[in-house]
Amino acid sequence: MSEIQVWTLIFVVLTFGVYIYVAYASRVSDTSGFYVAGGGIPAPANGAAIAADWMSAASFISMAGLIALAYNGYGGSAYLMGWTGGYVLLALLLAPYLRKFGKYTIPDFVGDRYNETARLIAVVCAVVVSLTYVVGQMAGVGVVFGRFLEVSTEVGVLIGMAIVLFYAVLGGMKGITWTQVCQYSVLIVAYLIPAVAISAKITDWPLPQIGFGQILTELEALQSELGFGPYTEALTGSGQFNMFLLTATLMFGTAGLPHVIVRFYTAKNVRAARYSALWAIFFIALLYTTAPTVAAFAKYNILDESQAGTLADQSWFDKWADVGLITGVDGGAVVDTNGNGAIDFAGSAGNEVLINNDILVLASPEIGGLPAPIVGLVAAGGLAAALSTASGLLLVISSSVANDVYHKRINPQASEQRQLTVARISMAVAVLVAGWLGINPPGFAGQVVALAFGLAAASFFPILVLGIFWKRCTAAGAAAGMAVGLAITAAYFVWTLPSESAWFFLGKDPILDIAPVGFGFIGMLANFAVTIVVSQFTTKPSETMQELVEEIRYPGRTDLVAKHAQGDV
Amino acid sequence: MDEQARREYWRQNVRLMSVLLVIWALVSFGAGIFFADALNNIEIGGFPLGFWFANQGSIITFVILIAVYVWRMDKLDKKFGIDIDDYEGEVHHS
Repeated sequence: MSEIQVWTLIFVVLTFGVYIYVAYASRVSDTSGFYVAGGGIPAPANGAAIAADWMSAASFISMAGLIALAYNGYGGSAYLMGWTGGYVLLALLLAPYLRKFGKYTIPDFVGDRYNETARLIAVVCAVVVSLTYVVGQMAGVGVVFGRFLEVSTEVGVLIGMAIVLFYAVLGGMKGITWTQVCQYSVLIVAYLIPAVAISAKITDWPLPQIGFGQILTELEALQSELGFGPYTEALTGSGQFNMFLLTATLMFGTAGLPHVIVRFYTAKNVRAARYSALWAIFFIALLYTTAPTVAAFAKYNILDESQAGTLADQSWFDKWADVGLITGVDGGAVVDTNGNGAIDFAGSAGNEVLINNDILVLASPEIGGLPAPIVGLVAAGGLAAALSTASGLLLVISSSVANDVYHKRINPQASEQRQLTVARISMAVAVLVAGWLGINPPGFAGQVVALAFGLAAASFFPILVLGIFWKRCTAAGAAAGMAVGLAITAAYFVWTLPSESAWFFLGKDPILDIAPVGFGFIGMLANFAVTIVVSQFTTKPSETMQELVEEIRYPGRTDLVAKHAQGDV
Repeated sequence: MDEQARREYWRQNVRLMSVLLVIWALVSFGAGIFFADALNNIEIGGFPLGFWFANQGSIITFVILIAVYVWRMDKLDKKFGIDIDDYEGEVHHS
């Protein structure tokens, strides 16, 4: 075992031990505890849990690589703004009101505010979106285990599943929330330490957010020398328009993702829900303002090595080549094609190497020449990010099935104990399905995760906002809006996605140059339009429902909401 | 709260929300995307300004916007006589 593996093992065993202990200490015995942690999580802890829930394997492992390599700098900002800007919408438009309504799940709100048809559409959306998302997390767990501990992806996924199974089934939302608080601490420390160390090493500033301003000029010089486009140059024309669409889709999608929205139900009250949103965006911003610095420093280091002709001599280079995440341009072995005695990483002709987006963060401590314990810590951080998001998603699946389908539709008389058993069983089944999909990912999994945001924006966001802010928004309107938003967004994906990744994708040219990942925003506009128009022509909600919607606008105890909670309205 | 107080509370809430959302859109879509090219002519601390807004400035602005919202809503609640006990009196879950 190498030094790095020993340290990785130490950190992984240590952190997993903490998660298991915390989960055991916060095990639950009622449905309120299982679904919403009894609604008793203090705001800072809830904010940290939201942040860990939100920041997935994609944020931790992939995002910096996406910015530096796939988008070559500026264009990747769509992800930075998109995955944070949605919290402003959540905090201002959804969180306080949904918390006041006081339900367990998003389909619960949709079902009570509109009708049973809308509830079922919402259940299907919630399960599909969450399941596609969780596959990516399981795959992320596999990558970390595979590279750092040299176990196979299957074994890695199985270890991850066993841990999640233990604390999610035992503790439900309460166990998940307190574990996520620990996971946030692990992942943020793991992300910040290497970034601060590298910034201090290369620039005069230990604060990477300021330090990376000092290398931008040199980075631009290296970029142009090696044939890459300018790193900081803004996009124009259709590139700019598509960046807007992608950013907007990610923002509205964030505000429509069930596993994010449901977190605000765990707050103590309306005021705590607002504060939870504030803590969440603060904790998320710590990582999201650091990610572009990790991207810039890593790119700078790699280009510097490439220019000096020493890229392939780096110890990290061979390790990642061994697991197939660094390859030659044809996807095979790395070859010195032009025979100049060095491996060249270049932006144009003469490039000899492909570097996978996912390795940038995991390799950045090694790229920056930091000691082995830090490398091990980053591996534990990547696992924390993947596991915390996976558990949040699994809870959405389990609660949608147990609460919205079993309790509300199949057996309304079910005892508390019975409901809890069903919730635990569906959680266990969800973990097994997610694990199976993680080991055998469908060919189109990568794209589907990116598209989950489009589907969430086009289905949930408009009907939630209108359901709160427009008393006369009708059930027929919401059902039609959700159906149309989902249908045109899904249809556009089928139309444009490359036909080789799944038999039902057609691979046609985009309409008006609109990239499929940004289409969710257009689906969302269609949903808004349809919901509003259909609501004008259909039976208005009952007086009581209109009064109930009015009441969720005001914090504090109000009569109708209280009666509704007891099932009297 | 009586009927009139409720209407006033909601009006002030919606006004605050609108102002914050306009800033949200101007900073992210405006400074970060549509005006980024023009702003890139200005350089501060090594950063072209448009690039900085897209990479850092917009995220920092989001944190500030939610902080202002939470702070102003606390003040609004207080003004309309909603105190800690009222929050605790909210229904939990069903």
